[in-house]
Amino acid sequence: MKILLNGEAFATDAKTLDELCARLGFAEAKIATAVNGNFVAALKRSSTKLAPADEIEIVAPRQGG
Amino acid sequence: MLTLYGTSFTSRLLLGTAQYPSPESLKLAVEASGAEIVTVSLRRESARARTGQGFWGLIEELGCRVLPNTAGCRTAKEAIATANMARELFGTNWIKLEVIANDDTLQPDLFGLVEAAAILSAEGFQVLPYTTEDLSAAERLVAVGCTVLMPWAAPIGSARGLINREALKTLRAYFPDIPLVIDAGIGTPSHAAEAMEMGYDAVLLNTAIAKAGDPVKMAAAFARAVEAGRLAFEAGLIEPRDMASPSTPVAGTPFFKIDHAS
Repeated sequence: MKILLNGEAFATDAKTLDELCARLGFAEAKIATAVNGNFVAALKRSSTKLAPADEIEIVAPRQGG
Repeated sequence: MLTLYGTSFTSRLLLGTAQYPSPESLKLAVEASGAEIVTVSLRRESARARTGQGFWGLIEELGCRVLPNTAGCRTAKEAIATANMARELFGTNWIKLEVIANDDTLQPDLFGLVEAAAILSAEGFQVLPYTTEDLSAAERLVAVGCTVLMPWAAPIGSARGLINREALKTLRAYFPDIPLVIDAGIGTPSHAAEAMEMGYDAVLLNTAIAKAGDPVKMAAAFARAVEAGRLAFEAGLIEPRDMASPSTPVAGTPFFKIDHAS
């Protein structure tokens, strides 16, 4: 299935957001997530099913002003 | 003491963490500034670079209170989602709320700002809104639950200082009990001192220190300017006047003749 991951086209067969994060090596990482513009809490990633064309954001701490 | 949402701080200088020449210079500048609050953001994480993971280690070393921002958000919806991601990521209800209206000025979209502030406050966030000196926007922000306001001095990164002094004075006078933090546009320590002399409670800045020739030395300069400005405010400034008023006693002036005084 094709999704949009952090603004770029991405092919995955991950069924859930949790699975996608794990496959990207983020299982233990300090990240936060959103699907289609809405925040998805860490605890809800495993119950969040992915669908084609979903827009996924995976973010982490960064410098800011 | 500076008190923001029930937490008190000794330092009245809040520091951004971006644009430093190196992680080491960021760390040393924060130490030299005495800042107890630093701003951070969140950005897309690459599975390969994993940039954010290393940065988080550095922030933890600083031992400062973290104030995450919603920089770059263009709508209330984006800002709300970003604030929620920040709350989970940084473990704080504090959010420096930015809803940006225009790329050239990076000025706040006051309508989106008030909309997002209302929703986030209702969701338990403690919102520190990046706003303008506009009085009606400030009133709306306070009405929806903000107990701190952060008006700009000038556009972000412009280093122009307090470009609308009279309106900033009015804002200060109108909200004597709301902590007011000047956020953005400060270029020099004298700008920061001026804001503090006007009775502003604190100053938040980033570029003026990070892009200085020697960020660590500039951080020390800003720390002193903020402290000097605050002391001056507390001491009570004299009123300006149009004409001269001698500071040396007139009585007993040598060679004084009465016709000099006529």
